[in-house]
Amino acid sequence: MKEEIKLMKGNEAIAHAAIRYGVDGYFGYPITPQSEVLETLEELMPWETTGMVVLQAESEVAAINMVYGGASTGKAVMTSSSSPGVSLMQEGMSYIAAGELPALVVNVMRGGPGLGTIQPSQSDYFQATKGGGHGDYHFIVLAPSTVQEMADFVGLGFDLAFKYRTPAMILADGIVGQMMEKVVLPEPRPRRTDREIAEQCPWAVTGRPATRKPNVLTTLELDSAKMELNNIRYQQTYRTIEENEVRYQEYYTDDADYIFVAFGSIARICLKAIEDARAAGMKVGLIRPITLWPFPTKAIADYSQRVKGMMVVELNAGQMVEDVRLAVNGNIPVYHYGRMGGIVPNPQEALDALLKHFPDAAQ
Amino acid sequence: MKQEIIIAGFGGQGVLSMGKILAYAGLIADLEVTWMPAYGPEQRGGTANVTVILSDNPISSPVLDSFDTAVVLNQQSLDKFESKVKPGGTLIYDPYGIHHLPTRTDINIYPVDAMDATIELKSAKSYNMIILGALLKINPIVTIDSVMAGLKKALPERHHHLLPVNREAITRGMELVNPGENTIE
Repeated sequence: MKEEIKLMKGNEAIAHAAIRYGVDGYFGYPITPQSEVLETLEELMPWETTGMVVLQAESEVAAINMVYGGASTGKAVMTSSSSPGVSLMQEGMSYIAAGELPALVVNVMRGGPGLGTIQPSQSDYFQATKGGGHGDYHFIVLAPSTVQEMADFVGLGFDLAFKYRTPAMILADGIVGQMMEKVVLPEPRPRRTDREIAEQCPWAVTGRPATRKPNVLTTLELDSAKMELNNIRYQQTYRTIEENEVRYQEYYTDDADYIFVAFGSIARICLKAIEDARAAGMKVGLIRPITLWPFPTKAIADYSQRVKGMMVVELNAGQMVEDVRLAVNGNIPVYHYGRMGGIVPNPQEALDALLKHFPDAAQ
Repeated sequence: MKQEIIIAGFGGQGVLSMGKILAYAGLIADLEVTWMPAYGPEQRGGTANVTVILSDNPISSPVLDSFDTAVVLNQQSLDKFESKVKPGGTLIYDPYGIHHLPTRTDINIYPVDAMDATIELKSAKSYNMIILGALLKINPIVTIDSVMAGLKKALPERHHHLLPVNREAITRGMELVNPGENTIE
C-alpha cells in the first residue's frame, strides 16, 4: 500500500502521531504557539476510536500532575505546552523524573522570559537540558526540525521513555509547530492492554495481585543514605542513555573548513545559508544535534580536530553554545549568533555571522 | 523547479488561505512544499503574510530573505516586500488603496485589479482566488486542475458546493493580466 502523504502543521502532526502510537492519555492547557495539539485531538475525538483520554486541565500544573499520575500506572501519557506553561510544570517534571516514570512532554518554545511573546524561540534550551526543576535529573530531549520529525519523535520519545524509565521531551519551536509541510504519519497501532502494561511495566501501580507485594512509587526518601543510592541509580541510567542514545545529523561536513552547529528550525535556516555558501565555493557544513540531551559531545569534539571554527546559531542569547564549547574544549574558536524575543534570523544573517568571525571562509 | 513566494496583505483578505491552497496544489503535483505563516495575535485588519516554497527537491529553510515572487495586497506589504524580490523576479499587487506605486525596474511588476473584479463578481470572499488566478497566469507553477484538487482537500466537505465559484474567480483573475505586457527587457 502506498503511504499517504499529508500536508499539515507540526502541532497537528504531534496530535495525529499520538493517537496512532496508541497513547493512552493527553492532558494539556491551551497556549500559543502549540494550541493546535489540543485542538486537533479534540477534533479527532480519539476517545471514540482508540479510547485515548484527551483532557483540557484547569492549568498546566494540573496537567503535569495528571501525567505524573497516569505514568505511575504504566500508561503512555503526555502533555504539551509552550514556554511559560512549561515553566509552571517544572515541579511535576522533577517528580516524574525522580519517580523514574516514562512520559512525554512537548514544549513548542516561544520568546521569553516572562510571558514574553508568541513568536518562535529556543530560549528554553537550558531549562530543557539542564534540569529546569530541582535536583539532579534529566529528560531525554529531542529537537525536531521538520513536521515529519514532529510526528516521528512522538513514537521515539515514548519508546525511549519506556526503555529507560526516564521521561522524554520534544523541544520544538514556534516555526516547526506552525509551519505546514508534507508528512507520512506512522502506522496506527492499538493501545496496550492492561495485561500488556502489567507484563511490560512490573513497577507500575496497576492494582496488586495476591502474588506480589504492593508497588510503591514515591519521590520522598528521608533517609539520606537511601536517597543518595536513588541518585546514583538515576545517574547510572543517564550514563547508559549518554552511551546509547546520542543522535545528530551532519550536512556537507566531509570537506568543511567551518561548520555551523544549530538545532530545530534554525538548523534549516543554516542549511540554506550553506547552500548559498557552497554555490559561492565556500567549504561550510552543519552539525544538527537531534538529541539535545544526551548532547553529541563526542561528535563535536571529533570535528574540533578537523575544522577551523564553529558558528553556533540559536534563537537565544547563547545557550547550546556552552555545550559546544565544553565539547570543543578550546581546540578551535566557537562563536555564537542569536536573535531573541521571537525574531527569526534569515539565512543571509546566519552566513554573515559566520563570515564576520571567519572571513577566510570566503576564500 | 523551485519557487519561493511571499503572499502578504491584511488579515481577512485570505492571504494564509491562498498560500494554503497553493501548498495543497503543490502536494497534488508531487512537489516538496513548505507553508510558513508569520503567525501573530492579529486577526482581521492586522497584517498577515505567508511564505510558500514549492520545489522538486527537499526544502531547507522555510524562512527566506528574498523571493522569486511577491504577492502584496496592501501598502504596508508593498513597502516591506518590494525590495525583497530577486532581480528578474515578479511582483504582483492590487492597486486598490495603493498610494505609492512600486518603483523597481529590474523585476516584472503586475497590477491586478482584483478588488474591482470582486465587486463585479459580487463575491467578496473570492478575492484571494482572483489573485491566485492572476499569479498562475503569470507564473504557471501548478495547473488549475491541481489547484482545484488542492482546494477540495483544503476545504471542509460542507463547503464543496463553493468549488465552482472559486474556479470562476481563478478564471477571472487569469483574464486580468497579460504576462507579455510587463516583462522587463
